[in-house]
Amino acid sequence: MSAPPPSLGRRMVRHYLSRVLFVVAMGLVLVFFALPMLWLVTAPFDADPSLTVGWPDWTLANFAQLAENRYALGSLRNSLILGVGTMVLVLALGSLAAYALSRVRIPGRDGLLYALLLLSSIVTGTAAMVPTFQLMTQIGLINTQIGVILVLAGGVLPTVVFILKDFMDSIPKSYEESARLYGASPLQILTHVVVPTARPGLAFVAVWTVVQVWGNFLVPFLLLRTPESQPAAVLMYTFYTEGGQPDLRLLSAFSLVFSVPVIAMYFLVNRRYGFRFHGGIKS
Amino acid sequence: MSATGTAAGPGLRRQPGRRRRADDVAGLGRVRAGLFVAPALALIGLFLVFPAVWTIYLGMTDYRLTGLAAANPEFVGLDNFATALGDDEFWHSLWLTLIFVLVSGVIGQTLLGFSVAWALRRVRGWVKSVIETLVLAAWVVPASVASFLWLALLDRRTGTLNALLGTEGTAWLIEYPMVAIIVFNVWVGTAFSMLLFSSALAAVPPSQLESARMVGAGSWQQLRDVVLPNIRGHILTNTLLITLWTFNTFTPYLLTAGGPRDESAILAVYIYTTAIPGGQLGMGAAISLIMLLINLVIALGYLRVARAASGGRR
Amino acid sequence: MRRNLAAIIAGTAAAALVLGACGNDGGSDDPTDGGGDTGGDGPVTLTITLNAIAGGKNAAEADWIENWVIPEFEAAMAADGTEVTVEFEPQGVDDEDYKTKISLDLQSGGGADIIGMDGIWVGEFAEAGYIQPLTAVGGAAVDDWDGWDQISEAVQNALSFNGERYGIPQGADGRVLYYNKDLFAAAGLPEDWQPTSWEEILEAGRALADSGVPIPLQINAGTAMGEATTMQGLLPLLVGTGAEVYADDQWIGGTDELREVLEFYRTVYVDEQLGDAVLQQEASGRDTSFAQFAAGEIGVLLEGDYFWRSVINPAEGVGTAPMENRDEVVGYTRIPATEPGSGINGQDFVSMSGGTGRVLNPNSENPELAWELLAFMNSPEAFEARAAGTLNITPRDDVNAELLSSDPMLTFVSDEVLPITAYRPGLAAYPEVSIALQEATEAVVAGDPVDDALTDYADAVAGIVGEENVNND
Repeated sequence: MSAPPPSLGRRMVRHYLSRVLFVVAMGLVLVFFALPMLWLVTAPFDADPSLTVGWPDWTLANFAQLAENRYALGSLRNSLILGVGTMVLVLALGSLAAYALSRVRIPGRDGLLYALLLLSSIVTGTAAMVPTFQLMTQIGLINTQIGVILVLAGGVLPTVVFILKDFMDSIPKSYEESARLYGASPLQILTHVVVPTARPGLAFVAVWTVVQVWGNFLVPFLLLRTPESQPAAVLMYTFYTEGGQPDLRLLSAFSLVFSVPVIAMYFLVNRRYGFRFHGGIKS
Repeated sequence: MSATGTAAGPGLRRQPGRRRRADDVAGLGRVRAGLFVAPALALIGLFLVFPAVWTIYLGMTDYRLTGLAAANPEFVGLDNFATALGDDEFWHSLWLTLIFVLVSGVIGQTLLGFSVAWALRRVRGWVKSVIETLVLAAWVVPASVASFLWLALLDRRTGTLNALLGTEGTAWLIEYPMVAIIVFNVWVGTAFSMLLFSSALAAVPPSQLESARMVGAGSWQQLRDVVLPNIRGHILTNTLLITLWTFNTFTPYLLTAGGPRDESAILAVYIYTTAIPGGQLGMGAAISLIMLLINLVIALGYLRVARAASGGRR
Repeated sequence: MRRNLAAIIAGTAAAALVLGACGNDGGSDDPTDGGGDTGGDGPVTLTITLNAIAGGKNAAEADWIENWVIPEFEAAMAADGTEVTVEFEPQGVDDEDYKTKISLDLQSGGGADIIGMDGIWVGEFAEAGYIQPLTAVGGAAVDDWDGWDQISEAVQNALSFNGERYGIPQGADGRVLYYNKDLFAAAGLPEDWQPTSWEEILEAGRALADSGVPIPLQINAGTAMGEATTMQGLLPLLVGTGAEVYADDQWIGGTDELREVLEFYRTVYVDEQLGDAVLQQEASGRDTSFAQFAAGEIGVLLEGDYFWRSVINPAEGVGTAPMENRDEVVGYTRIPATEPGSGINGQDFVSMSGGTGRVLNPNSENPELAWELLAFMNSPEAFEARAAGTLNITPRDDVNAELLSSDPMLTFVSDEVLPITAYRPGLAAYPEVSIALQEATEAVVAGDPVDDALTDYADAVAGIVGEENVNND
């Protein structure tokens, strides 16, 4: 504090230095995140893909070969059903619960929420598969996509409620107060005031949920029987031989086809609803 | 201003007596609030709590998926817990897990995520979109694909990294298994922290930053005196979730399978190898519960630190 | 905007539920809708589950099931006046995941009527009560099947437990030493190589190393290769010392024979560096060893006939590391015992065999018909149709005599290797003991003293099966 204010020249130097640092740092971040992705965008188009990233010997033959696989397209449709189904279910139930928990003090709510969050870590692990499988068999939901959706939803709901509640806590309450003055019911307030305000948060949770489901192998694999009903995460493992060797042509093409929908979904959701934890209303 | 704070922030605490009515602006009341929560709780109860409690019970048996113990599992009480706690492999695995969570999750993902969010907070245009998209893409790409991308990158013979660095023949996954899975996990998970912090930063009241600038505070001082106190709730949320997720992530198995010689056998991997290839489901369930309890202790620690921090600022 | 979102949510919810409901018609093998009666008024449905899938893993087998077994069996049954529908539930995953899935199926009282499984799982599945002897499920017709006469007892044992047949093996295999004749010629080694002791393998390795071969010897080791380490590494060596992993009701412990095997690993990977120690620990190490052999970088490789007929098979779309000049360049020879005569049963040469097969599900609604289907799948005609895809050694002597003549290597295995081969014990504890053995090789290859690895192994195996069931002499 006792140092004299820096001269204009020194400030310029510092300004440029920090610009350079900024560019270098961002460049490093860019390389770090882009480097592994290069394989995903080159190998599928290479006539003879290897593990090395290189300028491809351009061809679409790998995709043509993939199109001949009778399960490939259907598996993406199944992933979509499971992903969207789970997402809709947890958004509906999660926003109701999160809103109530956010606005009404229920004794022990934070403890309960965190306990459920912890339990969800057990159930998504490998140890719980026998109980889950037996449960689904007992209630007749084995080999149904609804069953898979319910199990996946149960697994992600605590996290969804946790995130959404955090989000709703931060939403200003003045709009709800006015809506109430005009005689709106709590459900109307939720659907007409809170949900639109919370839209970016809901969008985030929606994408997060679909991503979780999209990559989940174990639950659909164990609960569904026929390959016609299996999602892409399960089908991906068929592109290995009995000796465990990957068929790089099919695997690279399928990896790309498998990844594009989730990336596209992020773009779409981000463009349409924003992708933030805080809504647009400032009080 | 109080309304834009976060749950754990001290700014929004109102008079204790008025809190309930003031919070419950939609006039829900406890009964209707209960109705709102009930469907979610029912689903969680049936498809989460029930299998979880069953799993905890399995942890007290010698249950296996096949063999004699599958036909007649025996109740063994706390034997599995005693065996696990008396096993060097378990402690080794726990130690690796703590390093993994601390370095890749709490430090790596959080710091990198925050730094990117902070660096990009006033940047607009393609630079921001490109970086954000790449970070996000790493996060949304399915685990099986992501792990394969890294296997290709780090391959000993034909990997891109060796070609770039001129380090032909370096088997990264074998010589530096923990470093490899830590870097991998930072790559996968940074997006969450970046998103969370960039929204948190956007919500820091501009007026406060303005006044800080007017009194001559530099970037670092603004960060410390204005930004961090404002986003304390977000930091807590972030750390809690990241810790839990990093504890449970199984994806490193797809890179190193816990090897070589268990050098990267974090708990999630250890549980898998115990339960599935090893066949000891009861033991696997028991270790899962131990892991849960460790998570609980860590979470309580975080809450205590957060409370102390907010108390200290009053 | 806000109505938009609500509408989208409501719309997608409805769509997802409808799609989800449609999507579950995939496998209507629910016991309640299968007719269940063998009386013959309704059509009977039989299902087959294998870890094979069209366009993916084990595709040739899946194609055979769909294009030959199902239509031919349905036609044959229709000709007899029985209406049968056969459904195939293919899987295409890691063996460990497949095993988990069929365990859960069987445990819950469901599952396909015919299930494919690895022979080494039979013991643990039988002990768990998931499967029963074939005769107990399929009835008297099982013992009357004429196919048993064509399947040697040793091959039958691959799918047996406690002296009872639980399934029919679908093939037979054997392990040999493959060598690259070009590299051998360059190193001054004979083109028709037949080592008679381990020392001669090492001598060849040294000669190859001197002539600049990057990896003279590849003997699988470590846990990353999983069962491939045990089957294509440790066990073929162990039987060469005269010991077996399970003999006289005891599991092998820290014995001199096992020490000999581990010493051999140490010589190859640590003392003389004739092999690539790092490769053994790589997640895709076996895969890489295939590619490197095909690229002419490995001198000698211990592998099963699978390597020949599938991995390096030059035929279009079969091999993952095809070698155009396989028939000219790749030599194969029997695995020698430590010294001549020191192998099990006093043999000069040894091998190991495994085998997958198919079992009947005790939960089957139509066990007799399921047996008929299983027998049909193992008829000479079925094996001939199967051979049109890719040629394997079949379990049946009559079929082998006819089919294998087109492939000298498979004839070699069938004539020279199968008579001297040994099998893994079909006991529930085997998979865990196998992992302990892999860990011992991993420790040695990584440079640990043999004594330490041996002691750790002895402790581990005692922990698995109990001290009293371990032979430490």
